[in-house]
Amino acid sequence: MRSTDTIGWFSDIGLDDRPYVGGKGGSLGELQRAGIDVPPGFVVKTGAFEQFVQALEREAPLRARIAALDPDNLEDVAACCQEIRARIEHTALPPAVSDEISSAHNALSESGRQEPVAVRSSATTEDAIDASFAGLQDTYLWVTDFEQTLQKVRSCWASLYSIESVAYRRKRGLPEEGVAMAVVVQKMVDARTAGVMFTRSPVTGDRSVITIEAAWGLGSAVVGGEVTPDRWVVGKVTGEISVREVSEKLIQHRPVTSGGIESVSVALALRHIPCLTDEELNALRDIARKVERHYGRPQDIEWAVENHTEKILLLQSRPETVWSAKDAAPVATVAQDPLQHLMSIFGGRR
Amino acid sequence: MTLRPARQASVNSPWLRFNLATSCILVLAILRLHPRALLVRRTKLPASRTRSQSMTSPAKPKSFPLPSSLQVVPGTERAQAANPYHIQFSKADDGRFWFYNSMHFPEPMSAFDMVTAEAAYCALGSANTRVHCLPTTLGIDHRIINGRVYIGGNAVTDSAEVARRTQEFQKRAFYYYENWERLYAQWREKMMALIREAQSLPNPRLPQLEPLEHVHAGRGIASNHDLLVTYQKTLEGYFRMWHHHFEFLLLGYGAYLTFFSFCKKAFPEITDQTVARMVSGIEAEIFRPDEELRRLARRAVDLGVDAHFQEGHGAEAILESLQNAGPGGVAWLKELETSRDPWFNINVGDGFYHYHRAWNDDLSMPFAGLPGYIARVKAGESLQRPFEKLQAERRQLIQDYRELLSTDAERAAYDQMITLAHRVFPYVEGHKFYCEHWYTNLFFNKIREFGALLSEHGFFPQSEDVFHLTHYELETAIIDLMSAWSAGSAPRGPAYWPEVVVERRAALEVWAKHDTPPALGEVPEVIDDPAIVMLWGITRESLDAWLSAGATGDSNEIRGFAASSGVVEGPARIVKSVEEIARLQKGDILICHITNPTWAPVFQKIAGAVSDIGGSMSHAAIVAREYGLPAVVGTGSATSRIKDGQRVRVDGARGIVTILQ
Repeated sequence: MRSTDTIGWFSDIGLDDRPYVGGKGGSLGELQRAGIDVPPGFVVKTGAFEQFVQALEREAPLRARIAALDPDNLEDVAACCQEIRARIEHTALPPAVSDEISSAHNALSESGRQEPVAVRSSATTEDAIDASFAGLQDTYLWVTDFEQTLQKVRSCWASLYSIESVAYRRKRGLPEEGVAMAVVVQKMVDARTAGVMFTRSPVTGDRSVITIEAAWGLGSAVVGGEVTPDRWVVGKVTGEISVREVSEKLIQHRPVTSGGIESVSVALALRHIPCLTDEELNALRDIARKVERHYGRPQDIEWAVENHTEKILLLQSRPETVWSAKDAAPVATVAQDPLQHLMSIFGGRR
Repeated sequence: MTLRPARQASVNSPWLRFNLATSCILVLAILRLHPRALLVRRTKLPASRTRSQSMTSPAKPKSFPLPSSLQVVPGTERAQAANPYHIQFSKADDGRFWFYNSMHFPEPMSAFDMVTAEAAYCALGSANTRVHCLPTTLGIDHRIINGRVYIGGNAVTDSAEVARRTQEFQKRAFYYYENWERLYAQWREKMMALIREAQSLPNPRLPQLEPLEHVHAGRGIASNHDLLVTYQKTLEGYFRMWHHHFEFLLLGYGAYLTFFSFCKKAFPEITDQTVARMVSGIEAEIFRPDEELRRLARRAVDLGVDAHFQEGHGAEAILESLQNAGPGGVAWLKELETSRDPWFNINVGDGFYHYHRAWNDDLSMPFAGLPGYIARVKAGESLQRPFEKLQAERRQLIQDYRELLSTDAERAAYDQMITLAHRVFPYVEGHKFYCEHWYTNLFFNKIREFGALLSEHGFFPQSEDVFHLTHYELETAIIDLMSAWSAGSAPRGPAYWPEVVVERRAALEVWAKHDTPPALGEVPEVIDDPAIVMLWGITRESLDAWLSAGATGDSNEIRGFAASSGVVEGPARIVKSVEEIARLQKGDILICHITNPTWAPVFQKIAGAVSDIGGSMSHAAIVAREYGLPAVVGTGSATSRIKDGQRVRVDGARGIVTILQ
């Protein structure tokens, strides 16, 4: 199936398409292009949102009303936001748009059976604060049918009109034209084990190690901090595993057949054993290096090991920000006489 | 994101502080590395506060026992008195900090072996204090009590003096760095000349009458005088060897540490082994003895005499059967001779004890490795070390870390430092073969010859008993024999020394059972010295583990230093001496006091190695990495806590040994 103004398949998009597919969507496309396994999926592009908004505007003004709000009048802002979010959540999509999403959704599913998907917002704004208001965290897991999928797409869109997001835009006087949201629809991975990895040490900032945290089941339990994950530190270059901490993993997230996920107890026999093998850690290291090389900077990566197939899939990768922001003065710089470096050892206090 | 802070070793336990300090002063050099200059992040990290278990220590102890409070073990006073006055503790020593150099002298030293401490510290101090003028440190004083060597450093703290010495250092040490290759080539020549001199010293003998040809030649010096000359030259050569040993050593370590500390700052979590791998040589002398053994295995197969090398047969039996094995056997024995000189001059310890014998003196070690190598040759392995592959891997490693640096300026600095480290490293790795192994063997063997002579004349029953005399006393005994020979009377020694020898032997046994404090005197401020970590295996973590091992003796985990990655399980084989090597079976885990490159022949047979003593830069660790053998070194207590035959797991990446049953 081909990509259009409404739908963009991962294989057709990259970071350059961020204005239309958002950061998350662009990154997933970029990763797939770089030869890294990501669960198959597509992005409902900003074009789809725009068509939807135009349809809404024809019924009643939307952007003009927001643009007219006084950010200091929180009551007005709240009332208006609530009303607009309700319109977004409850208005049917233009048939052309929903047909395209439907075809794409069908194309994701094998043998006619509807595959569970994950629906995630993919913000287009470069403004990190704005992006975080605009539902960066909106992720709907194990969405089982098409109707639900469409509903979750609308929920992602609606998050653009949260009180915080609107108040922020109004305070800054940002134009409402062009405010848009892309949405990622991706085949859901039923994970045996999942987690996150940093391509540097979160503690020391060391770029020569990869820190991996993982627990049984879906990664949401790790990301949400509901389980103490197992933790490893792996040499980026050497592959040497310098830290192994196996935690007591009490709970895991797993899909519910009817949709959504649930938190259940981990079987006693699994609680105290590592949820990844050394081979898997090594495979994760390869992926981490590949991703970091591709982007040219340290990454913060979510991944999963698929149940049964044992395949490692990458769910998301974004630039690491904490240490990158405070990359310190150089450890040492070139000396005119290389022997002067020795004085750091022999010279005592400098 | 829920990444938790990595666990950091606690730096707050006072026990750890003084133990670290104890070990640190030593560093052959008391490099007096300033902690801030080195492990910046490690020392600054607040993470230790997030961990509680190792922080519940009581208030910092004010002081170790004072030297004057340390008692000579009752009954050994006379053995203690054999040491000269200037290395006996005195009241004046109470004002200084001392620590037990358990790294080099882990067992009580016999009276003669003390010469090593005397000669080594004399040479080390000269190099630091007066030759290269290290800015912040002078030499080391040593004291001996109950067979244990305590050492104390002399730091330079006056800033004007440091500045003055810095100027001198840059005129002297920098000259060495700038002319390293030429001076090192010259060093080898000096060292080989010294070795040849030692080899040319005659076997000390006393004829019944002066040989007629001496008389007719008008020699004018009788043979008894030769005894004294040979002895004094032997001793002089040993002191000279130690001067050669320290001519480059500290400069070599310093250049290595410069690169090491840069790596630790740029990559705070890089393992010591990884830095070592970037720098260590691929064709260093230390690999040669084992390479010769592999060559001999190949030759045995080529010559069709491999069937003579049966597992469990002694070296003597194999040699004898080869002598009767036709031309193939004779040809192999010839090959053996070329390997033995010089490469079998490697001894089975660090060369600090007379009983660390060389392969040449005891073929059981190399021969224990031959059957395994022969089996591999027959299975089609070449047993050649893949030099090019190893070199390519090292280049790749260096390149990969270089890429991870943030800026071009750092990359340029990195290039400068690793270039320097590569320049100096051949000495750091190579000197041991010439000094601690080859020369030291010649030295102790010459002393053995004096032992044989004196024992023939009834001074003591066994020639090995000579090592119960100090080198001063040995000279006295030799002069006693010289005088008696000239006077035509009986020497006095036979009535004097046997009792002394019995007394000294008993004292050594008593001292070995007697614990000695790790340090004495006032606790100094914290010193954090990576040389100790690399060469002696002392880190906060390992000390933490040593201490907690003492506190919870029933734990089945023993922590040491991660020397060579990999996880393996197998039956533990405690090997306390070379004689026990033959007990090692394929798949065993070797548990020993100190591993040593000479143990490499058995490395191919065993599944893992664990030692009480050693660091990640110890040669054993280098060799273990080379063979991909999981190894944990510097556990402090493995040989005493693990029982022979117990099933153990060795995790070489984490430095943990687990007793499984």
